[in-house]
Amino acid sequence: MHSGILYSLGQSLREILTSLIGVPILVDLLMTIICATILLLIMATSALVFTLGERKICAFIQVRIGPNRVGPGGLLQSVADMLKLMDKEDIVPRGIDKWLWVLSPILLLVPSALIYAFFPFDDGVILADVNVGLFLLIAITSQTVLPFLMGGYSSNSKYSLIGGMRTVAQMLGYEVPMVFALMGIVMITGSLKMSAIVEAQSDVWFIVLQPLAFLIYIVTALVESNRPPFNIVEGESEIIAGPFTEYTGMRWALFFLAEFSNLMCIGILTTTLFLGGWHGPDFLPGFCWFWIKTLLCVLFYQWVGWTFPRARVDSMLSFGWKVLLPIALINVLLTGVGIYVYNVM
Amino acid sequence: MAQTEKYVLNMGPQHPSTHGVLQVQVELDGENIVGAKPVMGYLHRGIEKLMESRTYVQCVPFTDRLDYVSAMNNNLGFCMAVEKLAGIEVPERAEYIRVICAELNRIASHHVFIGSLTNDLGSATGMIYAFRDREKILDLFNIICGARMTAHYIRIGGVAADAQDEFLRDTQKFIDYVPEMLDEYNKLFSGNEIFQARMKKTSIITKEMALKFGMSGPNIRASGVDYDIRKIDKYGAYGKFDFDVPLGKRGDNWDRYMIRMKEIAESAKIIQQALDNMPEGPYMAKVPKVLRPPKGDAYHRVENTRGELGFYIVSDGSTKPYRVHIRRPSFVNLQALDTMCKGMLLADAVTAFATIDPLMGEVDC
Repeated sequence: MHSGILYSLGQSLREILTSLIGVPILVDLLMTIICATILLLIMATSALVFTLGERKICAFIQVRIGPNRVGPGGLLQSVADMLKLMDKEDIVPRGIDKWLWVLSPILLLVPSALIYAFFPFDDGVILADVNVGLFLLIAITSQTVLPFLMGGYSSNSKYSLIGGMRTVAQMLGYEVPMVFALMGIVMITGSLKMSAIVEAQSDVWFIVLQPLAFLIYIVTALVESNRPPFNIVEGESEIIAGPFTEYTGMRWALFFLAEFSNLMCIGILTTTLFLGGWHGPDFLPGFCWFWIKTLLCVLFYQWVGWTFPRARVDSMLSFGWKVLLPIALINVLLTGVGIYVYNVM
Repeated sequence: MAQTEKYVLNMGPQHPSTHGVLQVQVELDGENIVGAKPVMGYLHRGIEKLMESRTYVQCVPFTDRLDYVSAMNNNLGFCMAVEKLAGIEVPERAEYIRVICAELNRIASHHVFIGSLTNDLGSATGMIYAFRDREKILDLFNIICGARMTAHYIRIGGVAADAQDEFLRDTQKFIDYVPEMLDEYNKLFSGNEIFQARMKKTSIITKEMALKFGMSGPNIRASGVDYDIRKIDKYGAYGKFDFDVPLGKRGDNWDRYMIRMKEIAESAKIIQQALDNMPEGPYMAKVPKVLRPPKGDAYHRVENTRGELGFYIVSDGSTKPYRVHIRRPSFVNLQALDTMCKGMLLADAVTAFATIDPLMGEVDC
């Protein structure tokens, strides 16, 4: 039914485990644990790789050289950064709401890690191919607003509070257009299942069928993941670092990790929803296509981020409600008409 | 029942975008600014007082530290004030070299303006581009006097050393590069939709307000007041050059930005003329080893990159000035911050601050 190296690897692993243990439920559990570990490793590695990538790309765009001292060509820079962060003093400011403050970075990492379960990396390679995949995915990503607000509220700093409030405003303003934009895809596919969405793109990618939705998704994805030019939550020239202002060392590193995991997440989502997922010419296996597309998307998002100035909070919110939402609704309408016409013909 | 109250946000003196050590107490209603109160003095070094215990020649390096991104202009202002006091005639070649240096420094200072503005608007890329080009000018200063920022090159009676051929050649190269450079800036940020949206119609200073605040420099010209001391006083060799004074219409952030972009082109025009007509001759007047200006006082003002920089020097006939007062444009311009910020959003406070372009070394003196 499924083909591809990753899928057959998984199957053979499952066979080995079955022959060793024999109890199906234990095998399932073990397989899930192995998959989850791999996904977490991917996430952690992506943070390391993207930090370096971001620095090098940003340096290239900014006519600089970028890190070139640690390791050959600066390759170990992100490792050095991580070591430095671990070494830092853990400063807990006075007057904070301790529990919320401590929980905030940890809770932020949970949804970022959780959504990796719904990504189809290759034909049949998906940890949890649930029926309401896309719905669950959006539901989980919108949870990131809470840790931001928690961190902003509990830090006992006005900068953090402003940042926290901005998160809420921007999530409200951009979650809605995003959901409506993705509605078109669901209408065409007729399913919320992630694997079905990728399967539906085997002939033609959704970027062709849903160009409007694609544009809306790019903007909203930048907002959702707090990437510039929409990084008003942590606009460093106004509110220092928003909700992260009072965090240091590893606590801050968790925010950082979540940020890069989100960056990869929007890259993966763009690939999966609009660029045909793991589909591609046969000379490369599916997961290679998947990663090539994802990395290109991430590169695109970084490129945008390092070129544009930051939008102002009011213009950004009115853009979300007054421009993106109507376009998204029109897109739903057009898609509906299109499907009707297609069926009639 | 929801209840709201205003609160005070303390921006600075340690804040990413206060360009030094300014503290602004911003009174906020949500994100809307009700008032902004600048608090200064974190960089006060008492330069005016220090000058009283130094000889005139020893005073010049202090002026480097006033507005440290346009040191040449400050040197020029102080030296011309002392020359006025002591009645020293400056050779023509020195005047030309002074104009070249002052205008180069104006461009360099506007680079800092563009860089810090774009950085405050969240695009660090702009900063690096502007600083990359500023580096070219600093290299020129390095050639001519061995210092990059605190030049101390313009001396009482002339300049410290003659302009070498290498300097003149490289300056010409830089001037040829200016149009290309401005084009790149325009492509990178002036034409950007977000950039324009944030700059246009924000923090407007009308003509009347600008005059009332006693503002000067690009800030008042952006409000449409034709006030350029290079044109009015024609000090030094400025009377001999043909250049325009760009004016703004609305007095918003965008005008203040565009004025500086145009001024870079005008400065390049002046430098080109100075290079073309560079006279031969001495670069230093005959200044007595021990300078004792006659009893009396003198005031001289120059067009600094930030506005009207004036030096008022009182002499009691000794080797040291009796009293020096410096009219610092940044200090005067900064008054407008409150008016500019009122009714704007928090993000605009940063933009307003960047477009006033105050330099804390000059504000605090």
